[in-house]
Amino acid sequence: MALSTVSRVRRQLPTSPWLFAAPGLLITGAFILYPFLSTLVNAFTDRRTLIPGEFVGLANFRELLNDDMFWIGLRNSTLYVLGVVPALVVLPLLLALLVQKNIPGITFFRSAFYTPVVASIVVVGLIWVWLLDERGLVNSLLETIGVGRVGFLSDQWLLLLSAMAVTVWKGLGYYMIIYLAALANVPRELHEAAAVDGAGAIRRFLTVTVPAVRSTMVLVGALSSVAAFKVFSEVYLMAGPSGGPAGEDTTLVMLVQRTGTGLTGRVGYASAISVVVFVVTVALMLLVLRADRREES
Amino acid sequence: MSVTEKVRPTPAERVAPREPRVTDEHGRRVRVWELALRYLLLLAVLALTVGPFLWQLSTSLKGPTEDIFSSPPKFLPGDPTLHNYERVAETIPVWDYALNSLKVATANVVTNCVGAALAGYALARLRYRGRKVATLVFILAMLVPVEGIIIAQFTTMRELGLNNTLIGVVLPGCISALNVLLMRNAFLNLPYEIEEAAYVDGANVWQRFLRIALPSVKGTLAVVAIFAFMGAWDDFLWPLIVLSDPSKFTLTIGLNYLHGTFANDERLVAAGTIIAVAPLIALFACLQRYFFRGVGEGAVKG
Repeated sequence: MALSTVSRVRRQLPTSPWLFAAPGLLITGAFILYPFLSTLVNAFTDRRTLIPGEFVGLANFRELLNDDMFWIGLRNSTLYVLGVVPALVVLPLLLALLVQKNIPGITFFRSAFYTPVVASIVVVGLIWVWLLDERGLVNSLLETIGVGRVGFLSDQWLLLLSAMAVTVWKGLGYYMIIYLAALANVPRELHEAAAVDGAGAIRRFLTVTVPAVRSTMVLVGALSSVAAFKVFSEVYLMAGPSGGPAGEDTTLVMLVQRTGTGLTGRVGYASAISVVVFVVTVALMLLVLRADRREES
Repeated sequence: MSVTEKVRPTPAERVAPREPRVTDEHGRRVRVWELALRYLLLLAVLALTVGPFLWQLSTSLKGPTEDIFSSPPKFLPGDPTLHNYERVAETIPVWDYALNSLKVATANVVTNCVGAALAGYALARLRYRGRKVATLVFILAMLVPVEGIIIAQFTTMRELGLNNTLIGVVLPGCISALNVLLMRNAFLNLPYEIEEAAYVDGANVWQRFLRIALPSVKGTLAVVAIFAFMGAWDDFLWPLIVLSDPSKFTLTIGLNYLHGTFANDERLVAAGTIIAVAPLIALFACLQRYFFRGVGEGAVKG
């Protein structure tokens, strides 16, 4: 009886399941999967915005090897991963420990720390452009305490470092919430046992907390490294569309945007850069997951 | 006699802990010096995370005669004025841009909620050939890094004649694969028996979807709605590529334009950023719970 009901429930008009799924499949197919495939194909053509282009084999990739701007972009995007990821794995965890205890007013602090996540990257970028300006707040403060003014937004390396700091600043609250959920699952007995054994706060952090949230740290590492490699907005806003002094702060996605858009956009060449972005993104994910497995065994 | 003996110690116990009795999440006492240190650190981080927004607000309220570059800095405007907000509206059509952002964000909410709920229900509840393939399509789509396909999305939009339109801004993300999968999981977590009972009572697939399944996943639907709104309101790279006509700009693109053209007028840019960020902070203040819940559910998103 029950069985026949189940099978009857599951039998419905043959068209309706596809009607339900159709809008989603159509949008995903037309605007995600088709562009993905056409990026792979275009990478081997000399297509431009207004010219269909022809198959050119590996010419785009050969050109990449000799393109200084490509190497600058690859360097900056890689540096971005190396600079941002360790900070985004560790700092939000410390922040989560700070807001974990239910002391009066803590929900206010948790929400306040999340505010930068809610704001648009454009707002965040422009706020920091003003803060780090030659005559902005940070330099006023530095001058007041006698350090003197620093050209955060004029030096090539300081610019990249400032952009990284902004990425970390904006991401802190997001990863803090992820860590808070993980910390809630750490058994209290572990901490108590360690405390009884005479372990101090730092030792307890390293021997109890870190192993307990290790899989979350790997997740945060994977998410933040992929996001960091694809960085665009922070650097675009702080260094300008041309990527700072002599374009030395250009990132790979900035290069994609600069080469591929507009009426003269080199769609084929930009697609080849995009393919590099895909490959590195997938490689980063695999690298993080493999490091995780090796540590586990 | 024994009764009074039992009662007497109680007031003494109540008086004894004079210091604030604050406990952690396990009900243990927290020491006072530790608590003080904690609040000190919390306030320091607060200054670091919220301070920049307040400085921007303060700058936007400072009049044309007030020195905004002073050292040591002046944190509060001496004579607060809304003059800069009037000026920014004279410089760029900021309220039109806000309206465009609102249109794009609202459309994104509606399409994502409807499209993701329908597709999620089809993946979770309906039996048909090709369901596994359909699920796989959404999983693959979720893994594609959007930054890598924007050029091809742009050429696709051009082919459709939708570049430089607000529809073109909304379309690529209007039913995101992540949201479809979120809705699918929400429907999978519902007990099947209720829908079965409804079927026995003669409800068809639409009725089961609208009257039984959908009301039970309101929480996830709210998360989808909020993140769709925030995503569209905050988005930068895609509208920057697809919109070229300044009259069609959204707020983020308009701000970038303002910054590029009037970079030396900090008061003006400050007023513009406050206009762009205020609605979202208000939304967040009202619906925090869903924002935090969304982080947990969407943690797989890149």
